[in-house]
Amino acid sequence: MSSRETVLGRVRRALADVPRGELPQQAPVARDYLRVHGRRSPAEAARLLAAHLADYRAQVHHSTPGGLPETVAELLVRRGARRVVTPAGVPAEWLPDGIAHLRDSAALTPLVLDTVDSVVTGCAVAVAETGTLVLDGSRGQGRRRSTLVPDHHVCVVRVPEQVVDSVPQALERLDPARPQTWISGPSATSDIELDRVEGVHGPRALDVVLVSADRWQPADGGAAQS
Amino acid sequence: MSVTYLGMPPFPEAAAAATGDERLRGNLRHATRTIRDKRAAAVAELADWSALRAAGAQIKDRTLRHLDHYLEQLEAAVTAAGGTVHWATDAQEAGEIVTRLVRATGEREVVKVKSMVTQEIGLNEALEQAGISAYETDLAELIVQLGEDRPSHILVPAIHRNRSEIREIFRERMGHWGRPAPDGLTDRPGDLAEAARLHLREKFLRAKVGVSGANFLVAETGTLVVVESEGNGRMCLTLPETLISVAGIEKVVPTWQDLEVFLQLLPRSSTAERMNPYTSTWTGVTPGDGPAAFHLVLLDNGRTDTLADQVGRQALRCIRCSACLNVCPVYERAGGHAYGSPYPGPIGAILTPQLDSMETGLDASLPYASSLCGACYEVCPVAIDIPEVLVHLRERVVQGGTATVRGERTTVRPARGHAAERAAMRAASWTFDHPRALRAGERMAARARRLVPRRLPGPGRAWTDTREVPQVPAESFRDWWRRTRGTAGGAPGSTTAHTVDDGTGAVGSTGRTGPLEDPR
Repeated sequence: MSSRETVLGRVRRALADVPRGELPQQAPVARDYLRVHGRRSPAEAARLLAAHLADYRAQVHHSTPGGLPETVAELLVRRGARRVVTPAGVPAEWLPDGIAHLRDSAALTPLVLDTVDSVVTGCAVAVAETGTLVLDGSRGQGRRRSTLVPDHHVCVVRVPEQVVDSVPQALERLDPARPQTWISGPSATSDIELDRVEGVHGPRALDVVLVSADRWQPADGGAAQS
Repeated sequence: MSVTYLGMPPFPEAAAAATGDERLRGNLRHATRTIRDKRAAAVAELADWSALRAAGAQIKDRTLRHLDHYLEQLEAAVTAAGGTVHWATDAQEAGEIVTRLVRATGEREVVKVKSMVTQEIGLNEALEQAGISAYETDLAELIVQLGEDRPSHILVPAIHRNRSEIREIFRERMGHWGRPAPDGLTDRPGDLAEAARLHLREKFLRAKVGVSGANFLVAETGTLVVVESEGNGRMCLTLPETLISVAGIEKVVPTWQDLEVFLQLLPRSSTAERMNPYTSTWTGVTPGDGPAAFHLVLLDNGRTDTLADQVGRQALRCIRCSACLNVCPVYERAGGHAYGSPYPGPIGAILTPQLDSMETGLDASLPYASSLCGACYEVCPVAIDIPEVLVHLRERVVQGGTATVRGERTTVRPARGHAAERAAMRAASWTFDHPRALRAGERMAARARRLVPRRLPGPGRAWTDTREVPQVPAESFRDWWRRTRGTAGGAPGSTTAHTVDDGTGAVGSTGRTGPLEDPR
């Protein structure tokens, strides 16, 4: 008998108390938890996203579609980035002059990516309640390793269309067949005395640019663009 | 092969040593209290926490009640997505499968994501015997591996080490495994994390084989989920050419939607964050992105035996968050090593003996490693009633009974060392059924009360190791009652309703009645 048959046989014998003919769906699951925690407008959701991203030490910036190239270029210059990788779908015009621009491809090995300073991508969805960005490898998001090996990640979020309130809403939008990376702040560890330290193996610097056609005002009424 | 480490003494012996270690107790007290308050705050943010918790328990129960169905569904989905599924009945078989898969790649090194199940099956040791080096890449696992130590916490395996101890381990040991620690390394957590980053970087970049566990396996889609913080998981899951994931069969959840419950419950219970920094999900292989070969090893290793126990099976709901460790007064004082397996704390006290079929002395002692205070149940995000299972397992330790061992229904004998307890209970049971003997015994004890030692001799000694011998009163309650409440039988209706046994066997609850006069 194969191990597969052995294990499945043991499972079936162990479940002798479950009535024969009971369907999985007949085992009750009450989904009376909330789909969203609180009611908020799209602008409020974007503000909550910004606050929660900042809570976990992501740097949050605001921009407009027209101002986006300038914002991204400024972030790369500020970082001192000389080599930048972008996936297909990120316009080359976003990058400042005078930097080496690499297109994400299967040819970019981990060793090559290790020589890259920054990566610029979009995202699939962003979750306000948890301050999470989800990348799923579709256009503008790149291979998983290209947002992992470089030490600086600039992620552009289109507001309001890419922002959802909650984890349940995010999962509804996502395709499980695509490889996903859920990112909540830069990498961190709590392994030393259960104290949180930001910055281990993943990008230690995460810049998030919230792009909105309306130059919406942050909660404090400050400038819309950082 | 036992889940417990070879040669581990029973819990009380190991705990006695640990509680004498002041530095260990200080480290644990500091760490567990820090996380306790943070967790409470993270949970309080969600008004529907109790509904999420109930749903989490129900989803796991649904999965467990139909586990054969979901495992077959999972296997089909993973295979359809380009993965290969392997089945392992026990730790040894899982180790052999992984060893064979690594050998087939021609590689001699693997990078590992932190995983409880690979600890449980002793995978690193199995690979080492085959000449394959397994590098732990989680910071705490690295500390444990470099220090030739054992993990002592589910989430933070090096919780027993403080920052200066970690600095010493890095300074002394990193050079043996690869890039040495930077000169002048301080004990600032940020600097220690940086040292680990540099040390592991070269290993990640050249790794051809990654080994992981999994937090969730989605049956419907064949998707695996790994939840982590540092990015070492992402490195191991995406950079190598071959990925081998080992997962217990209880890690299945039915649907993609079900993750909406667990991705809210787990981070808040575990690291007290709204969301952990990184979660990776993948379904089979994706051409051009990540490993080209993916293997999933589904492991039994005592899980089906646990499933067969209708009270104990709830332990299989566990999502390894470690909240129960952080609130446990016993864990806080004894530390994780005393539990003698990769699963310490309250969950370990119910999981280890069940996975192991209670075969070692340590297993039989673990259900007693608790004061039954219930704090673990309160914080458990999938509502495992740990005290209920502890009491159930104590019963099995003392009385034996039927249990499933490696798939076979077996009559298990009471555990060794509980003979005196059983004899005492049998004697007590007989005595309470024979009131005259009870009275005689009580009077004798009262007369000899000054002779009772502070610690009992013989088999009673273990009991008085941790307890005071109760003082024997000069007069028994029943003698006092008789003396102060006057003659028995005077109270109206007492022939049927009395609850005080007067020494004649007339105990109302047994339904027997008898004359109320003292026959003597």
